[in-house]
Amino acid sequence: MSTTGERSTGTIYEQVQASPEFADLRSKLRRFIFPMSAAFLAWYLLYVLLASYAPGFMAIKVAGNINVGLIIGLLQFVTTFLITTLYVRYANRVLDPAAERLRDRIEGSSS
Amino acid sequence: MSVLAAQTGAVGNPALNIGIFLVFVAITLVFVYRASRTNKTATDYYAAGRSFTGPQNGVAIAGDYLSAASFLGIAGAIAVAGYDGFLYSVGFLVAWLVALLLVAELLRNTGKFTMGDVLSFRMRQRPVRAAAATSTLVVSFFYLFAQMAGAGALITLLLEIPNTNILGQGLVIALVGVLMIFYVLVGGMKGTTWVQIIKAVLLLTGAAVMTVWVLGMFGFNLSALLGQAVEANPESVANLGTANEVTKQLGEKLLAPGLQYGSTPIAKIDFISLSLALVLGTAGLPHILMRFYTVPNAKEARRSVVWAIWLIGIFYLFSLVLGYGSAALVPGGATTILNAPGGTNSAAPLLAYELGGVVLLGLISAVAFATILAVVAGLTIAASASFAHDLYANVIKRGDASPDAEVRVARICAVVVGFFAIIAGIVARNQNIAFLVALAFAVAAAANLPTILYSLYWKRFNTTGALWSIYGGLGSCVVLIIFSPAVSGKPTSMIKGADFDIFPLANPGIVAIPLSFLLGVLGTYVGRREVPAEGKYAEMEVRSLTGAGSEKAVVH
Repeated sequence: MSTTGERSTGTIYEQVQASPEFADLRSKLRRFIFPMSAAFLAWYLLYVLLASYAPGFMAIKVAGNINVGLIIGLLQFVTTFLITTLYVRYANRVLDPAAERLRDRIEGSSS
Repeated sequence: MSVLAAQTGAVGNPALNIGIFLVFVAITLVFVYRASRTNKTATDYYAAGRSFTGPQNGVAIAGDYLSAASFLGIAGAIAVAGYDGFLYSVGFLVAWLVALLLVAELLRNTGKFTMGDVLSFRMRQRPVRAAAATSTLVVSFFYLFAQMAGAGALITLLLEIPNTNILGQGLVIALVGVLMIFYVLVGGMKGTTWVQIIKAVLLLTGAAVMTVWVLGMFGFNLSALLGQAVEANPESVANLGTANEVTKQLGEKLLAPGLQYGSTPIAKIDFISLSLALVLGTAGLPHILMRFYTVPNAKEARRSVVWAIWLIGIFYLFSLVLGYGSAALVPGGATTILNAPGGTNSAAPLLAYELGGVVLLGLISAVAFATILAVVAGLTIAASASFAHDLYANVIKRGDASPDAEVRVARICAVVVGFFAIIAGIVARNQNIAFLVALAFAVAAAANLPTILYSLYWKRFNTTGALWSIYGGLGSCVVLIIFSPAVSGKPTSMIKGADFDIFPLANPGIVAIPLSFLLGVLGTYVGRREVPAEGKYAEMEVRSLTGAGSEKAVVH
């Protein structure tokens, strides 16, 4: 593994970018944010399409005046809050410690 | 009509409305004055010394985002169009996940003051900054125009100065504009942020009280509230002035999609186009992006978005209750609201009057004015920062301007933008330019977001790709809207009597956004590979993910 004092070619940023620790951080970030973004966009698009092309389905009453449309709409709120919470947990637990280690290495070497 | 006008025109007590607003102004002035003492450097002026905490900034973001259009507009849309108003609000919330997951933290780590900082980081500075500043200014002006156009209707409703009284309304708009310029010049970003925070707290408190109140009247049974809204509104009658009445069947239809959007196949596609612009546009709004620089690091930027998402989400849930509540409880329901001065924007104020009389109406009115004031201040600071930092310092002076000179230019620019806002507010009073908010989101989604994402996540992306994407997205939005039914060809169009609506959709997003993403790829492969950019990309990528070398907070 590369050590902090190592001076190979390129700037400190290029060295860090080429390090396995950085590749690991990048893949951990992208593995979370890209699928999650695709998922919530698809879910939202499904909602918009249902409202546009299946208004009859959305108007089916479930309990009193509460219909399917209102429930799916409120579920959009629930999933938004849920994804927010999941991301914050993941970032605190997985991303932040790795980012901090790399940041210390870079800022330690430049001073 | 005259009965309705008498009924709604006499709502509230103008003196009390002004009084409560003046209390708000007095409180914010104290904060602006305190902020002015630490408003010395460029970082203070543009980014409040990066000294706000995540929660504070989150509240300020909510204050910035819940503009008059979403605060009064969504409750009103639900009151007269039922479910479709709610549908509209969902897009505004879900959009924040784009900002949270893909943009906020990396932007904070990479940039300094503006969106242009990030876009130009590893590109040829001058052309990319010029492009970023152009789209920032266009988005901000569209947004600003829409905010100011709403001011006239509010003045009619709340101060009982009729729309025909140009002098009276002009004076009020000018006063609000001058106050806004004063906030921005004296308080800078820190003062503006405090204005947003105070406004957001007032708005959320007022909405919460009204929501609990309305629900309490129905035994905390949402279904009963919906039932009352259905029963009270078998139909709505909108009076379009010249004895021209439009009757709409409401009743049960209020609870299902289809009243506002999606009556024809074209209208369905138009709505999907609008939804795309909403969900992808938020993370490309320059005045929102700039707020991420007011916190000390990426972790606080993340906390800001989390706070903003919760507050905005809860607020839209309140709006659902307030919207159906206005339909159910305002005498005359949707018909009264449609024909009141200010149209759908009057739903929340009329409901406030119905519940809490003149005092609650006064509070909501003050919040409405505070909203225009705060949002326009945020837009002014974003536009002036982009002009001074991107255009003046980096394009005209080629990075050779002193920070003092840059801030001086930004202040002059703020005065110019403020002056423009006043003129726009007076000229646009009676214009039907509600489509400008949707257009601002469409331009933000088409011109800004693709370039932001490509430059953060795609190594091969280069200057040519950035320019094609920004100008392609911006140009296609503007051209499509000019030839759309929003501008000509329909009774509701901005220009009446002309007919050049070749493009059938009022929302250009569904064409412009994919086009801009595509142009970014095409431009990148047409353009030359930039050799020095390799090192800059390493710096950008490492900085954006780790926060190393990012701009630090100012210690006073």
